[in-house]
Amino acid sequence: MAIKPNMVFLSGYRLYVAAFFLFLAAPLVAAGVFAFNDSVFPSLPWQGFTLDWFFNDTEPKLGMFHDRRLLRGLYYSFVIASCVSLLSVFVGTCNAFLFVRCKFPAKDFFYIMMVLPLVIPGVILGISILLLASNIANGAEEALSLDLGFLRPGIVLVVLGQFSFITTITSLVIIARLKKFDESMEEAAFNLGASRARVLRTITLPFLFPAMAAAGIVAFLVSFENFNTTLFLVGSEAPLTITMYDRMVKVGSTPVLNAVSFFLMVGSALLALVSVLVQRDKPQT
Amino acid sequence: MKQNDIKRLSLYLLFAPFALWIALLIILPHAGMLYISLREKVAPRVYEFGLGNYINFFNEPIYWNTLIRTGSMSLLVTVLALLLGFPIAYYIAKIAGYRTRGALFLMCLIPLWVSDLIRAFGWILLLRETGIISSSLQWAGVISTPIEFLYNDATVIVGLVYTVILFMIVPLVSTLDGMDDSMIEAGYNLGGNGPTVLRRIIIPYAMPGIVSGCIVVFMLTAGSYLTPILLGGKNSSWFTEQIYDQFITRYNWESGAAFGFVLLAFTSLVIWIGLKLSGQTLSSTVARS
Amino acid sequence: MQSPTENDLECIEIKKHFGSVRAVDDVSFEIPKGSFFSILGPSGCGKTTLMRMIAGFEQPSSGDIRIKGKSVIGTPPNKRNVKMVFQHLALFPMMNVYENIAYGLRCAGASRDVIRTKVHDVLARISLPDVANREISQLSGGQKQRIAIARCMVLDPDVLLLDEPLGALDLKLREAMKIELKLLQHQFDTTFVYITHDQSEALVMSDNVAIMDKGKFVQIGTPQELYHRPAAAFVAGFVGDTNRWAGRVTRVENGAVEVATDAGLIIRGSVRGAGAPSAGDAVHVFVRPEFITAARAGGQAPTGAAGQNVIEGRIDSILFNGANSRVLVRDKAGELIEADVVLTGGVEDLKPKDDVTLSWSPEQTMSFSV
Repeated sequence: MAIKPNMVFLSGYRLYVAAFFLFLAAPLVAAGVFAFNDSVFPSLPWQGFTLDWFFNDTEPKLGMFHDRRLLRGLYYSFVIASCVSLLSVFVGTCNAFLFVRCKFPAKDFFYIMMVLPLVIPGVILGISILLLASNIANGAEEALSLDLGFLRPGIVLVVLGQFSFITTITSLVIIARLKKFDESMEEAAFNLGASRARVLRTITLPFLFPAMAAAGIVAFLVSFENFNTTLFLVGSEAPLTITMYDRMVKVGSTPVLNAVSFFLMVGSALLALVSVLVQRDKPQT
Repeated sequence: MKQNDIKRLSLYLLFAPFALWIALLIILPHAGMLYISLREKVAPRVYEFGLGNYINFFNEPIYWNTLIRTGSMSLLVTVLALLLGFPIAYYIAKIAGYRTRGALFLMCLIPLWVSDLIRAFGWILLLRETGIISSSLQWAGVISTPIEFLYNDATVIVGLVYTVILFMIVPLVSTLDGMDDSMIEAGYNLGGNGPTVLRRIIIPYAMPGIVSGCIVVFMLTAGSYLTPILLGGKNSSWFTEQIYDQFITRYNWESGAAFGFVLLAFTSLVIWIGLKLSGQTLSSTVARS
Repeated sequence: MQSPTENDLECIEIKKHFGSVRAVDDVSFEIPKGSFFSILGPSGCGKTTLMRMIAGFEQPSSGDIRIKGKSVIGTPPNKRNVKMVFQHLALFPMMNVYENIAYGLRCAGASRDVIRTKVHDVLARISLPDVANREISQLSGGQKQRIAIARCMVLDPDVLLLDEPLGALDLKLREAMKIELKLLQHQFDTTFVYITHDQSEALVMSDNVAIMDKGKFVQIGTPQELYHRPAAAFVAGFVGDTNRWAGRVTRVENGAVEVATDAGLIIRGSVRGAGAPSAGDAVHVFVRPEFITAARAGGQAPTGAAGQNVIEGRIDSILFNGANSRVLVRDKAGELIEADVVLTGGVEDLKPKDDVTLSWSPEQTMSFSV
């Protein structure tokens, strides 16, 4: 521990830290708590506890688990997030081996290219992919009278758009882990008679697996919550965030949105916890 | 040599997904956008090559005013995030005990896993006219009529700081964590006091983390869309709204693409200036891992 | 057809270039069956590269490596019957002890029963019969060491390579492991090739030691030969402690020389190494501290044959280390000379600032032409 400042300063400091975490928690608590308020408006006064906003099946208090559009949004979000997560972990793993193990010209430049998608505004990523896809689709239709439906706004474009920057995140996570790998471990396995494929399967991938799982979870969550990029690429199959946004803008806030928020927060927290747990190394006893 | 062949083959195999990803989803779309932004519509379905869309942008004060406003507010958000986040990061990395450290760090990350939308929604519930804060103040007798806290610049800034501060804290914690405590102790031991140790030892050491946090925070803020709209309302005039407007409302893709490039160029310029001023490079900060 | 030889490992004119750097430069040696061979050299001398070539992780630029008389150039590392104990052991942390040892057998396609028998057999031979189900993180440093060796030995290699495996251990354990390694080598009766920069490890354990410097083997010999009859100035300076002077030859007389050091001392010594010096040549002179006798001046004059080197000086400091105690004596020229002494704790012991006479014989004074 670093040198301790005097006690007055330290308690002031602690107070500030506590206030900061209060600030962090406040909107999340506000968003979550009204899911349980027995009122048609997500605001004070408190009308008593209810689970109607989750399970009730009639208007006006239609619960989220009976709201078709929300459920469909949840389903699309899940499909998109799963695809993005699988794709980005695969490419991220390839990138990790590429940047940690291989030597090739202009490697630093390519590394910066790899990090770049993270700092490009999501709105612009969405637009540029939309433009390209639409132009190709239009061109194909005019010149070859081909209907390339998957290049029109829809699930495929959403997946591609999210994949374009989430892969940077998964790559960084897996690269960090692969850098910690002691390469003599591979040589040792090789020396003991294992083939290349066997070394990869029995030594390197098991070592990398926690990072791959954690990266997959992170990718899943980031995809699930993404709004900016998705907004431009979405077709009729709107994922949950877009559905919620529509609801918020068109209908105004209703406690069913709080219920969805609560559900998502709990789900994310659980997944985040899992990602922390899988990344933790075996206890050293 | 056989071994070299295998090496070369695996290099190609590993490079292929990377190249496809970067070329098809990053470079080509942006090149396409650049191309479209350089087309002027002179008549329906008739285009001419030229800088017209960019000239349009500079001729219309409302556009570049919005850009300047977005840029300066993003800078303000970045500075605030740094000032508010640094003590927290320092606390987590250096002062908190071993166990609390992990818990605090996790708590910092939790909002990260929650959608922008939900966070903004939470702020709306807190701050609107019928929101928790207004009602509580009324109940406490501090104010007599409801107050609308939403739809002003201060709220937008608070909301943005809230959204991005984690991206400041996380790199700072990891840099400060790598700093040997004995360096700070040596600083005191050699006669430094709190402020000098902070200024001469801790901040220079944490500089890569600070710069990397600032870059990410600035980019995220300038490119954010949801928070300014929801918390600032229709007249928040954020530049991404202008882009959205050109694309979706006016269906003017050429000018929207030009706006997109203006935003990209502007944010890149700000970051380039920031890197020059701090004496860091992109690879020593963001690309470091 | 290659005639089978009694050598487990032969290296013939091995060279390895990295760009313009010659990491290994024309190294040839052979190691007879069942011996303990060390390669000793300062870090960066190319010994690790040499070992990696034997294991197959690097390809030599030219030259041949033969194991049991057969060339292994072009054989990939997983097909060579040369096993290696890595510097940091490289035990697989995701497997337990049993799985670690069984790994190589599995790769070779051995049956479950054979694996079980062999693993338990080798664990018994390294006297750790009960650790099969432990995790690697639960082992002590010395146990890990032995598991790393067992993991290789279970495959019955022709040669076992060890890359400074004791480097990570603390001093006490390192001393114990030296003896242990020697015993294990006897027990398995396999050729060990041991790489180290620590001369005491090499001297204690080895049958033969090669001294390596700047990519070349300077001398190969038994530890005693290297210590008492170094073939080059580098070996004399690198193996064991020694006093060292630079000087010029003033007189040559059938195998003996008289040298005036740069600081002005006159020392008589014997010619070692290559080249016959003549008057005026630059030489390096080495004398080991244990051959120098230090006696209090004015007392009994040091006996001994005529022609002894005798130097007056004053004790600068005493380095007490039990049986290995030593004095630092400042001579008239202002240089420090180390001499071993016996300190009994009595009043007769030498003390700092005592005037002393140092003497040693010219036969123990090794002079190498520069």
